[in-house]
Amino acid sequence: MAKTLVFLEHHDGAIQKNALAVLSKAASVGDAHGVVIGSGVRDVAASVNTTVWVADDERVAAPLPQPRVDVIAKLVRDEGYDTVLFGQSVLAADTAAGLAARLDAGLNWGLVDFDGTQGRAPQLQDTVVVEVGWSSPVRIGIFRSGSLDVGELSGANEVKDAAVELEDFSTAAEMLEQAHAEQQGPSIEDADVIVAGGRGLGEPEKFSLAEELASALGGAVAATRAVVDAGWYPYSAQVGQTGKTVSPKLYVALGISGAIQHKVGMQGSNVIVAINKDANAPIFEFSDLGVVGDLHEIVPKLTELVRARKS
Amino acid sequence: MSVRPSEFPPPWSPTEATAPPTDPADERIEVGFLIVGAGPAGLAAAIRLGQLMEEDPATAERLGEVPVAVLEKGKAPGSHLLSGAVVNPRGLQRLFKGRRSIDELPFYGPVHGESVLFMTKKRAVRIPTPPTMVNHRNYVASLSRLGKFLADEAESLGVTILPETSAEKLLVDGGRVVGVRTGDRGRGRGGEELGNFEPGSDITARVTILSEGTQGHLTGAALDRFGLRGENPQVWALGVKEVWKVPKPLDQVVHTMGWPLRAGRKFREFGGSFIYPMGDDMVTIGMVIGLDYRDAELSAHDVLQELKTHPRIARILEGGERVQWGAKTIPEGGFVALPKRFHAPGLLLTGDGVGFVNVPALKGIHYAVESGRLAAESAWRTLARGASMREALASYDDAIRASYIWTDLREVRNMRQAFGRGFYMGGALAGAMTATKGRFPPGDSRTERDAEQDIFMGGRARSYPAPDGKLTFDKLSSVFASGNRTRDDQPNHIRVQTKVPRELAVMWEHMCPAQVYEVGAEDGDGTVEVKLAPSNCVQCGAITAKGGRLTPPEGGSGPEYTLT
Amino acid sequence: MDRSGELAISDFDTYAVEEALKLKESAGEGEVVVVSMGPERAMDALRKALAMGADRAVLITDSALEGADLLVTAKALAGALEGEAPDLVLFGQQSADGGGAVLWAAVAERLRRPVISQASELTVDGASVTGKRQTEFGYDSIRAPLPAIVAVSDAINTPRYPSLKGIMGAKKKPQETVAPSAAGDAATTVVELSPPPPRGEARKIEDDGSAAEQIVEFLAEKRLV
Repeated sequence: MAKTLVFLEHHDGAIQKNALAVLSKAASVGDAHGVVIGSGVRDVAASVNTTVWVADDERVAAPLPQPRVDVIAKLVRDEGYDTVLFGQSVLAADTAAGLAARLDAGLNWGLVDFDGTQGRAPQLQDTVVVEVGWSSPVRIGIFRSGSLDVGELSGANEVKDAAVELEDFSTAAEMLEQAHAEQQGPSIEDADVIVAGGRGLGEPEKFSLAEELASALGGAVAATRAVVDAGWYPYSAQVGQTGKTVSPKLYVALGISGAIQHKVGMQGSNVIVAINKDANAPIFEFSDLGVVGDLHEIVPKLTELVRARKS
Repeated sequence: MSVRPSEFPPPWSPTEATAPPTDPADERIEVGFLIVGAGPAGLAAAIRLGQLMEEDPATAERLGEVPVAVLEKGKAPGSHLLSGAVVNPRGLQRLFKGRRSIDELPFYGPVHGESVLFMTKKRAVRIPTPPTMVNHRNYVASLSRLGKFLADEAESLGVTILPETSAEKLLVDGGRVVGVRTGDRGRGRGGEELGNFEPGSDITARVTILSEGTQGHLTGAALDRFGLRGENPQVWALGVKEVWKVPKPLDQVVHTMGWPLRAGRKFREFGGSFIYPMGDDMVTIGMVIGLDYRDAELSAHDVLQELKTHPRIARILEGGERVQWGAKTIPEGGFVALPKRFHAPGLLLTGDGVGFVNVPALKGIHYAVESGRLAAESAWRTLARGASMREALASYDDAIRASYIWTDLREVRNMRQAFGRGFYMGGALAGAMTATKGRFPPGDSRTERDAEQDIFMGGRARSYPAPDGKLTFDKLSSVFASGNRTRDDQPNHIRVQTKVPRELAVMWEHMCPAQVYEVGAEDGDGTVEVKLAPSNCVQCGAITAKGGRLTPPEGGSGPEYTLT
Repeated sequence: MDRSGELAISDFDTYAVEEALKLKESAGEGEVVVVSMGPERAMDALRKALAMGADRAVLITDSALEGADLLVTAKALAGALEGEAPDLVLFGQQSADGGGAVLWAAVAERLRRPVISQASELTVDGASVTGKRQTEFGYDSIRAPLPAIVAVSDAINTPRYPSLKGIMGAKKKPQETVAPSAAGDAATTVVELSPPPPRGEARKIEDDGSAAEQIVEFLAEKRLV
């Protein structure tokens, strides 16, 4: 049975869904506690049904990794946790890696599952699944976004104070200006949802179908090499072997055949929905939901329905 | 109504590829000897020069800081090399005489046995191996791997290899070749300079050796500029091949003729296939078809896929997995299509670029190596005290004519052309030629440009198998299997007319193994638009034979072969 | 003095090399050293960085390093970097092989210096470096005193092509191989490799007029709407 500490990353007063999902997973393979670090975050720590350490201090207000390493390392040493888990994010990756070096602990990332002693991680753009283990006394793991579901926790909340003893070098970096919500849609690399258009759209003007759907879903718009070549959309939106590689939670492919050059750029997506009028399009071989039909009829309706749901 | 590709010449002129140096003198890069192309000919020349430098360092001093430079447009030596190949070790043995033994070369073993099969749709009949095709004492090789080995050898001898560097223009000054201008990097689709734009450079050298291989860009320009073309135009075949990992070793070298190619004279489908073992766990299978074919729907790639469905062939590949794919043209004119001379002031021409290929024997690599070695010797002679540049370079021509390259090619000079008359007639003539060592039939046949053949819609596409992703494959996934990940946002490097009769567009669409050309919308006047996806291009050169013109794209583009 | 640290030169690393070169060019002085860890052949890859304009290459190599994991790699790199005493260490945004975005934070911990990651913009002035860090939530501006470790994203610049003169000159630039200063065992293991499972229960439907509704249902099931 693992004794796990889960880093509960939070933003704007709410814990990241992925972190909660990781906590559920940890609870299913042993004892699972959380740690919340920031300033004015006691409420956040009180919102989870398990023991949650809170480091509530001005000095750790900014989302910087190194002070978090200090807090978590002390907890691990003092409380004897043998496993520390994170949900993927820039902050989490930096914190986990710093922690691994601090504790001389093994770090496995890109995990989609964990059984208490071993983890599972797809690698090489999801072409192979690796069972990974740890040979160090403390195990550190980072889970991919969207790989786990948030479950119910059966325990009761208890908030305990964690010491905030920071190394000099941990406080050397300072946050000058923190990110605020972006007005425009997310960039392709960061988007949780991507709606991509291909030749099946028929003409450049029809990219508006992709744009409307992306806007309804809160995502970004991408394009295949073929339509970028034809000048229908800018190269910065190209996904594929010679464009960007993305792995959003949801990838909606409109009128895209699914040639391997495109596939290698998006096959790591969690959920792939494809709409194409050609029943034999290769994309149907690797999509979770394949819809054979006319995207010009389906997409406007779909956009409407999504908008209705969200409101 | 017949359509002839030659009636729609590409928007291109050879004068685009020759120019005087334009960089200010102090910005030009000076090297001793410049070689264009890190293939067997270029690297043999480089290695021989390296050996000569080792033997005579005092003379080598005169070559300056960079005594020998080799330009390679692929990502690395080997990236653009593709052949069958069964190699006659003669050329390499001579090159490495006293330095390396044949066992040190990265071959897949000597040929153990061979057979030639005549195929029909369901059967394969073994026929006696034509004498020209006997491969006893030859070795199976991957030319790409061999190229990498030769490049390492050259570098260890002090040669500088410059990969990802295309040679765009031949620098000609005062009637003499003084070097080469390299291509720009970092231009966008519209030709605009991108953030990291890096202009090409003028590289000047004492002697420039062109070893560009089939459809050599500067070689073609040089043949025109210096009036070196012979009486007969060059003709080509297109070879498409795959490398497979297989569980059951193949114990012999196999060649096939007949199906799926059609024997009738009107089709002009000359060619066949090869299947070679690469060690115990790999085989390579390829289809070679002369580009003088006439059915607009003929696709060498798809004919290869069709071939693999034959029970005899499928058996060889059973349980296996395709690991690489590629395509390249082969010059097939032989002796009668050689240029008048192989040198010009400041210039030497080697290898496939000038057509040193023995078609009936399917051999060109050892001739490339030998011609590279001879070119190096002549280039070195220009350094001798009191040497006449002109005489030193002319000695290359003499050496070629005195070599086995000349005698071999002369002996088989009419064989390919005989097959233009159909398989059975051709076979009979070929038999006669072999028996008489080329003396019968007398005289020299002539070649006609591939682009001069009328094309017609022959419905060939009906018989191509639908790709199943396991035994047979579509073109796009094959381009992926060539390692091609060419940067998309660069200028189009293919010159073709983009408004042509439908038959011609259809022909290009099927011809190209990499799916570069697509038949577009009708223009209402009997012509259609031709759409291009240039970043698919694996630079096989077929388009140049059939009405267009391939020019080198940005250095580093194209396939990244390793096993072909 | 500027430095650049990489595991094995990949496309991502070229952005770090480019950034180091730009910083040196705008400062008018400094040295760009490329550091890597790998087998002897990895020196070829470092030469590409030298061809771009880096001044010196250091390759940490040892047969014991084969199969190194994050910890071993971070230790070895930190050891070499300590000896070099750089002002700034730059990394590319992820390693091409494992896709992990973790190396620089581990190295920073070992060196006990501040770290900024995913920098899409970087300015150095006197004694500190300011980076624009790109996260899932937007852009932060973070400043750290030198010496510092920074991982740059591929949005930061467009790496230059090495010029021919650069490629030819690369051979002559100093290139040294060093043994790792500290050894250690990997702390992670690979238990098994297997092909990926087929994509769950893949569904394929034909539109009978209700496709849009079916898609929304599917997305709701997956908690994507």
